[in-house]
Amino acid sequence: MMETSYKKKLIKKHTPHSRVLRDCTLAFLFGGAICTLGELLYMLYSYIGFDSEKSGMLVTVSLIFLGALVTALGFFDNIARYSGAGTLVPVTGFANAVTSEAMDSRSEGLVTGIGVKIFNVAGPVILYGILSGVLYGIIYYVYTLIQRGSFF
Amino acid sequence: MDIIYTLLPVFVFGGLISFIAQLFIDLTAVTPARILVFTVCLGVLLYAIGVYEPLYNMFGAGISVPLTGFGAAIGKGVRSAVDEKGAIGILTGGLSASSSGITAALLLGFIFAILFKTRSKRM
Repeated sequence: MMETSYKKKLIKKHTPHSRVLRDCTLAFLFGGAICTLGELLYMLYSYIGFDSEKSGMLVTVSLIFLGALVTALGFFDNIARYSGAGTLVPVTGFANAVTSEAMDSRSEGLVTGIGVKIFNVAGPVILYGILSGVLYGIIYYVYTLIQRGSFF
Repeated sequence: MDIIYTLLPVFVFGGLISFIAQLFIDLTAVTPARILVFTVCLGVLLYAIGVYEPLYNMFGAGISVPLTGFGAAIGKGVRSAVDEKGAIGILTGGLSASSSGITAALLLGFIFAILFKTRSKRM
């Protein structure tokens, strides 16, 4: 009796888990590979002679270009089916969200279609990123005032 | 051989962030869009508490290529704008620092939407 319920529990636990393990492993490999590609690009841009700030920006822009292009060519979803969060969490995922929303809404017009829906995923990301930044800015500003002794 | 020592930590850390995100997607009902929002806010937080910079020095693109890097850029931009311009920096810093990424994504998204007619579904 106890054994069967234990077995049931075990089966219940393991069936989805093997899928989870597979998904997570693939996400790990793809995510790691994209970051490694980013690092290699960073090395390349530094080697060419850009400073670290510009190289970092160029890496982001390059990966956004790559993500957008792969999306436009229609390969992104096929890759994302396996890679999951591996292609979502890097900036490629952001580029994919922007590009695919824009492409999907093209038929709805330039303003109410692309213009509105291009922000479907980018909007929340930008909004909450900026809001977090403002919150940090307020805290940091108050902190600098206290540091200078001009707050109280 | 040196390059492997540089790239391995990048691979492992970048992979780890994706791994954790995938775990959340599989085990909870959280949508990809929420993961992106959360990752950006996490980046701002990590920068604000001073954890991002040391992690970046160790893992480079492993933490800057995921959207945590986007969030950290916002945090860094706000901080240096406040240092430079005072209170107005709270309003100008974030978007200035993230402008290249946002503009590139919007520009390319728009151009590709005009050029390519194939329908592509969001994942």
